[in-house]
Amino acid sequence: MSDTTREAAREQSPVPAAPARSRRVSAIFRRFVPPLLVTLGAIGLWELVLRLAVVPEYLLPTPSEIAADMKSDWPVLEPALLVTLREVLLGFAISVAAGVGLAVLLHLFSVVRRAVYPLLIGSQTVPIVVLAPVLVILFGYGTMPKLVIVALICFFPIVVNGIDGLRSVDSELISMMRTLDASRWAIFRRVEFPAALPSMFSGMRIAATFAAIGAVFGEWSGSNQGLGYVMLAATPNLLTARIFASIVLLTVIALALFGTVSLLERIFVPWAPRRNPMV
Amino acid sequence: MAGTAGTIAVELREVGKAFGEVVALRGIDLVVPRQSRVGIVGPSGGGKTTLLQIVAGLLDASTGVVRVEGATMARQRLVHCALMPQRDLLLPWRTALDNAAIALENRGVSRAEARARTRPLFERFGLASFENTRPARLSGGMRQRVSFLRTLMADKDVLLLDEPFGALDSITRAQLQQWLVHAMNAVPRTVLLVTHDVEEALLLSHRVVVLSERPGRVVCVLDTDHSAGGSRREIVTSPQFVSLKERALEALGS
Repeated sequence: MSDTTREAAREQSPVPAAPARSRRVSAIFRRFVPPLLVTLGAIGLWELVLRLAVVPEYLLPTPSEIAADMKSDWPVLEPALLVTLREVLLGFAISVAAGVGLAVLLHLFSVVRRAVYPLLIGSQTVPIVVLAPVLVILFGYGTMPKLVIVALICFFPIVVNGIDGLRSVDSELISMMRTLDASRWAIFRRVEFPAALPSMFSGMRIAATFAAIGAVFGEWSGSNQGLGYVMLAATPNLLTARIFASIVLLTVIALALFGTVSLLERIFVPWAPRRNPMV
Repeated sequence: MAGTAGTIAVELREVGKAFGEVVALRGIDLVVPRQSRVGIVGPSGGGKTTLLQIVAGLLDASTGVVRVEGATMARQRLVHCALMPQRDLLLPWRTALDNAAIALENRGVSRAEARARTRPLFERFGLASFENTRPARLSGGMRQRVSFLRTLMADKDVLLLDEPFGALDSITRAQLQQWLVHAMNAVPRTVLLVTHDVEEALLLSHRVVVLSERPGRVVCVLDTDHSAGGSRREIVTSPQFVSLKERALEALGS
């Protein structure tokens, strides 16, 4: 069928082959150069202003002082980084499992949804700052209360986005599946769940940015290790550069988690429109 | 009555449908003989899609009786009907082949088996070499063909086509109309086709039913004769076709 090939040719070669490579290079350039320039500019400005104003290091360290501290304090920072990273990753994994599982459960059983939804929202109105010390009393100084806090903060955006994604499926798609002999389970598995994946990943990306904050909250409420503890211990000693070095490491953890989630989305949801500015 | 039951696939008696205050359909009588194609034309918003959904068993009629292959309950009608929706509604995460094969998978056939059974039809439908292409990379005409193939693979007695080519440009539309006639002649099924295009209905069907504006009711029934054959242009310009079209348009205007 010649009309078929013509139709296909019209739609399948929007970009000529030859300049595709250079176009890709320039696309990568456009994506990474502006944020890099802005970040470097901000760091440079910070350094310049503090040097001109001669601000003492214990009040506000310059980026170069923070970098120097990162190097000299590495024996303290490295184990703390690993502890916090572990809490963030485990807590996030728990929240994804719980969040997606709960979203599916609440979607499939409307009775459960009506019963549990108020409790779910209620759980988010409890200030974590107040809850954290109570959890320490409950679970002690170990990893457990940190995981609970990280999971508690992270699971909510995943559940809400997950339920929204599952419910927003085109009702005509479901009618179509019903005339094609689909059971409730087949509709869920073949239509609703894949359709909700982009939405679930959105929730996970939001959660990824909260996870590091959750871990620090947990460590502040009671612990003797982790980046949160390092910051807390450095404050009375006016080791301001060490605090900032810890903040930098926390940011790196959050960005890395965010990037990983975005990468997983590209792998598992290749059909989704590209709307994430980071990756 | 009992004698004709064997040859009638779809039968509607005094069927009406109201959504709250809004009456969508009123007193529809319709008979579709087995393996014949009946086209339903009517103005937009005249309840044509509602009528198909009632026949399919996706909706219940407010009044009257609907019988599809002997089944009157909505749930049982669903077993006999496959509906091809107005929009192609292909699943973007499935390849063209997996979209077409979904009805088989829904019935518990393994994915490999479903693919193997669907693949031979891709060539016949002019879709060869696009088996592993995702819908986003197919043209509108090809998506519509995959959608029709998906409906066909459900292997139902009755096919319900809701404005199958409504979203396409007129050239692709004309090509696909011709293609659909060939496809349906090759695999005879009972077909109920809804369209707002009189010419399309006359070209594709053995019988055309004209519906009024809302509340939709049957205004006139026209039987077409495709025995003369010929090219699309010859058919469309033949005096017989022109007079049928005139009558249909007149019925729509009244």
